[in-house]
Amino acid sequence: MTVFIILLLPLIATALVCIPFKKHWAPGVTVVSCVAVLILSARIALRVAAGNSVVSTLKIGVLKWIAVDGLSALILLLIAFVATTAALYSIGYMGHEKLTPWKLRLYYINYNLFIFSMLAIPVLAEPTLVWIVVELTTLCSALLVSFENTREALEAAWKYVVLSLMGAGMALFGFLVLFAAMQASGSDGVYTWKGLIAAAPSMPPVLLQTAFLLILIGLGTKVGLVPMHTWLPDAHSQAPSPVCALLSGIETSAILYVILRLFPVMQASPNSHAETWALVLGLISVGTAAFLLLQVRDYKRMFAFSTVEHMGIILAAIGLGASAAGYGAVQQIVSHCVTKSFCFFAAGAALMAVGTREIAAVRGLIRRSPAAGAALVFGGLAIAGAPPMAVFLSEFSILKAGLTQKEYLTTGLLAIFIVIAFFGIMLHINRMVFGAPETKNNGTPGNNHVEPQPDEKAHLAFSCRLALILAAAPVFVLGFYIPEPLHDLLTQAAAALTK
Amino acid sequence: MSDTTNQLLDNLNALAAGLFLLTAFGIVAMRQARGCMTLFIVQSLLLAASAALLGLRHHAAHLYGVALVNLISKPIIVPWLLRRTASAEIYTRREIDQGLNIPTSLLIALGLAILSYFLAQPLLSAVAPEFRGPNVPIGIAGLLLGAFTLTVRREAFPLLIGLLVMENGAFFTGIAISRNLPLLVELAIATDGLIIVFISGVLIRAVQKHVGTTAVGELASLKEASDEPDGKEGVK
Repeated sequence: MTVFIILLLPLIATALVCIPFKKHWAPGVTVVSCVAVLILSARIALRVAAGNSVVSTLKIGVLKWIAVDGLSALILLLIAFVATTAALYSIGYMGHEKLTPWKLRLYYINYNLFIFSMLAIPVLAEPTLVWIVVELTTLCSALLVSFENTREALEAAWKYVVLSLMGAGMALFGFLVLFAAMQASGSDGVYTWKGLIAAAPSMPPVLLQTAFLLILIGLGTKVGLVPMHTWLPDAHSQAPSPVCALLSGIETSAILYVILRLFPVMQASPNSHAETWALVLGLISVGTAAFLLLQVRDYKRMFAFSTVEHMGIILAAIGLGASAAGYGAVQQIVSHCVTKSFCFFAAGAALMAVGTREIAAVRGLIRRSPAAGAALVFGGLAIAGAPPMAVFLSEFSILKAGLTQKEYLTTGLLAIFIVIAFFGIMLHINRMVFGAPETKNNGTPGNNHVEPQPDEKAHLAFSCRLALILAAAPVFVLGFYIPEPLHDLLTQAAAALTK
Repeated sequence: MSDTTNQLLDNLNALAAGLFLLTAFGIVAMRQARGCMTLFIVQSLLLAASAALLGLRHHAAHLYGVALVNLISKPIIVPWLLRRTASAEIYTRREIDQGLNIPTSLLIALGLAILSYFLAQPLLSAVAPEFRGPNVPIGIAGLLLGAFTLTVRREAFPLLIGLLVMENGAFFTGIAISRNLPLLVELAIATDGLIIVFISGVLIRAVQKHVGTTAVGELASLKEASDEPDGKEGVK
């Protein structure tokens, strides 16, 4: 029932936002609904962490396919967390953009619909339904990506829609083949993630493997795995910053979650090579992203490439295969989610302060806007994996698991790529924040995205500061301390990754 | 049902499948946006026909539902939605500039169709005999040809049709091999095309309004190592 309310809240918020009312009505409603979703998700997560499973008691329509286990609860909690901080951040950020009331309402309508479609991914257990909500996330977020209606934003949105839907077509084929495999196995179980694991040993391997590959490539397009990643830096850099935080911070992980659901199924089937595929695709993604990070020219694109890198790390960790690596992978999902959303908030603050996305045009940010500069340094260090932050801890546990598995080559490559990415990110951030300020940097091309004329001493709105602090707290705390319930939840989530 | 009726239904389904493939080829070769649309409508009708025939043949009543939804959504609502969201000018546009010329495209498309037969063989041998039929290879061919259309076209409209053809292809196989999917799921998949069309239509309209072209293939200002970022003077 709680799950049902969680899904209902964003829809109610969407309806309420449509009502033209005072200026703070739409943002207020959105924040309240997101906070409520966060509280309810936390309750579910606590219940699951204590070892109880949550399944829907109602057996009508879509509701009978609602089921929440450790992995779902974790993703649900993360979506709710980023949705809340991003909603808070939106107040200040969208207020800065000076939009017409209608345009602002449109933003919040899309925002709430997008949140709804994402929340539905982890709680549904029927694969084809999950496919449909994944499709919905693309469609709801497309108009958010193109929100600023500049040439670049429209180009990014178009690429995003076309490539994601192309992937979705392949994934649909994969899910249908998966269903055929389930039928061919002769089991009369229900077509859910659980039912698939039960039926997997007697499925024809050729059908299962075809389905796996189609889904891996199809949904991998949306996750941003490397040969299919080309749209990601565009879309994740052109959208308004709170939307970037959602897209990069959690949407990619939520889609990756769907792929991860297939690994226990593949393990149950004899001689499947799911781990090898994951390892190869993961390493290619990490490596390519690490080198591309060195030559980015736009700081929001930089964080977007870092997302590609982190998705690769998570997939490679799954490919390492041991239960310790599984724990590392889910830990990495958590730390990437909280850190990356923080990074995009920081990037948004920098964008508001200087009005350009180009790295070369930003120098001496710390003097101009101390809050944005400090946030950018903190975010850069955290996402690159400096101790004592969350990403460091999770990357460390993945590498450790790799070494105990005696996978020296892959672990070594992974470590090298992570170090290269670290230098790439810190090089750019260092220049932007501490570099000597050029006296006249307003004339550089491409600084008319948000504010053609940045004000001298940029002021950061209170709601943005609050969102930054809220988002920074877990980044810092999870670096050295994982609370007991979260640890239980992570253990359960890692257990859901193996059969 | 008697054997002869079954035989007849199988043959009719095979005919629908053959024509389905033909329309996919037509979309690869067609230059006019309107022509692409017509071919897509015909293809969707064939998809609905195949669903109905398979429903009749295997006594799967809910395939009628699928056929009905397809009949209403794709041939009727999709063109209507596109007319509402994107302007008439896009509709009548003729695409001059393609990534590949038409004979080459058709040759590659032929190769893809043959490839899909080979790809389908292992799948067909793994499913029960009642699920075999022309739908699997032709659905795969539809998927591949749709993807191919996406890679060579530059105008927004044929790209959108390419997406829908991919979806049709996946679904064409789906109605044959995963026949017992819950009705709700099948209906949701069938209506998904509408949302795609709506969002893409809105996007195409925005691109046309703010960028002044619908040749989306030429939108390429976002990349890493260009020396001078062009298109930065983007209209607000």
